[in-house]
Amino acid sequence: MRYSLLSKKLTAVVFMAAGILSAQDHGAQEVETGAHDLKTEIKEYIGHHLLDSHDFNLYSYTTDAGEHKYIGFPLPVILWDNGLKVFSSSKLKHGEGVAEADGNYYTLYHNKIYKTDAEGTINFGAHHGEETHEEDAFGENLVVDDAHPTNVKPLDFSITKNVVFIMLVGLLMFFMFRGVANNYKKNSLPKGIGRVLEPLVLFVRDEIAIPNIGEHKYKRYMSYLLTVFFFVWIINLLGLTPLGVNVTNNIAVTFALALITYLITTFSGNKNYWKHIFWMPGVPAPMKIILAPIELLGTFIKPFSLMIRLYANITAGHVVLMSIIGLMFIFKNWIGSPLSFVLAFALSLLELLVAALQAYIFTMLSALYFGMAVEEDHH
Amino acid sequence: MDKLIEQFSFGLFFWQLLLFVGLLLLLRKYAWKPILGAVEKREEGIKDALEAAEAAKKEMQNVTADSEKLLKEAKAERDVLLKEAREIKESIISEAKEQAQVEGDKMIKQAQAAIEAEKKAAVADIKTQVANLSVEIAEKIIKEELSDNKKQQKLVEDMLGDIKLN
Repeated sequence: MRYSLLSKKLTAVVFMAAGILSAQDHGAQEVETGAHDLKTEIKEYIGHHLLDSHDFNLYSYTTDAGEHKYIGFPLPVILWDNGLKVFSSSKLKHGEGVAEADGNYYTLYHNKIYKTDAEGTINFGAHHGEETHEEDAFGENLVVDDAHPTNVKPLDFSITKNVVFIMLVGLLMFFMFRGVANNYKKNSLPKGIGRVLEPLVLFVRDEIAIPNIGEHKYKRYMSYLLTVFFFVWIINLLGLTPLGVNVTNNIAVTFALALITYLITTFSGNKNYWKHIFWMPGVPAPMKIILAPIELLGTFIKPFSLMIRLYANITAGHVVLMSIIGLMFIFKNWIGSPLSFVLAFALSLLELLVAALQAYIFTMLSALYFGMAVEEDHH
Repeated sequence: MDKLIEQFSFGLFFWQLLLFVGLLLLLRKYAWKPILGAVEKREEGIKDALEAAEAAKKEMQNVTADSEKLLKEAKAERDVLLKEAREIKESIISEAKEQAQVEGDKMIKQAQAAIEAEKKAAVADIKTQVANLSVEIAEKIIKEELSDNKKQQKLVEDMLGDIKLN
């Protein structure tokens, strides 16, 4: 609550500052048109940031000749299109080129790979005119409507930027925690990073697993709870670094995590759990019939809410933070930009909290669902 | 919702699921089990040590209580012994006194009896000596009297005269 109050106060300050700024603007017309372009650019940049990408870019710039230069490195593209197709994402030229693999042509459109002809034509639905196609195909920034291309979308198993970061976090976690585990072979007390990690592991055990699942059955779920807690937390924290990575902002990632929670819950559900779903004890028979589909639906809604919660919180955080950072460039003013900076700083701190909080909530609710599934009959 | 479905990337889902499950299995084997095992072992150790300390404390208390009890008992026994000894001493003294009294009385009585007997013996002795002396004297006197005839004559006559009287 304290934090939301803080952010409200900061928002109020920004609005006041914006009022002062507009009053100061004499050449309003000129600034407005300039700001409009900038606003669009910022909006596009944020939209772009939220998407996954097929190559690892740290930043890009436009040369005087109007050519886009990208600093970073390409990643492998893996497609399943009547056989495995593997090529480097440098062939796609950030959506500006057509990649050829085994006689098939592919191009990027809104960060998704489509099968095209040799010229990289993207076909749209009926409401699009024939003339706009070519232009759209090469300039993704120009397309502002929600047109759906009718081109074939091959199954895309590319090692995208997000996949790279999932791998990195996996490696980091593996070496970090294996180091902690190996340390226990020599000493009974943690050393180095284990001093930080052990209390966190104990926190997951004592504050999340045991209270929700129970003293006797929590052990089976500890591996999953610990892995998901640290994975979500670390990957959320990495999302706050200037690397521009944003893994938990993908519905596919949160869906995968929620799916595992759902599967574990469903497969560890005991007789009592299913009885409470299909034949709720303690209510009249007609109510039982009404409750059964609701309860059954509830088993899907629970992991679904997990998926949406994590996705939405992280996405919202990134959008707001990036918008405020973008405000700095819109204000271009001695009072507005520092204010945006202060606000962005405060919000970053808040996001640090959110990163941990979302990991905690995801783990906590997963544990709660496992606890429900294994709860014994007390009636 | 449409946008979410549109945004859903199957490839990313696939990799996330694969990598996450792989990570989960690896971490379970190489990290979580050893870490949790070590932590549990340590907690168990701490619990055991605390319990042992508690037990030792209790035992210590018991020992102290026991020794105090023993000390008390010993003290009580000593008191009893002392009291008994005093009683015995007193009874011995009083008994000795009584005995001495009785013995003294007895001795005094014996002495008195002896003295009485001695006295009697002495009196008897004196009597016999007096009798002997008297006889001797009488003898001497008679011898004297009878030394000449006249006197003997006279005596016979006196005696005869006495008999006549009778």
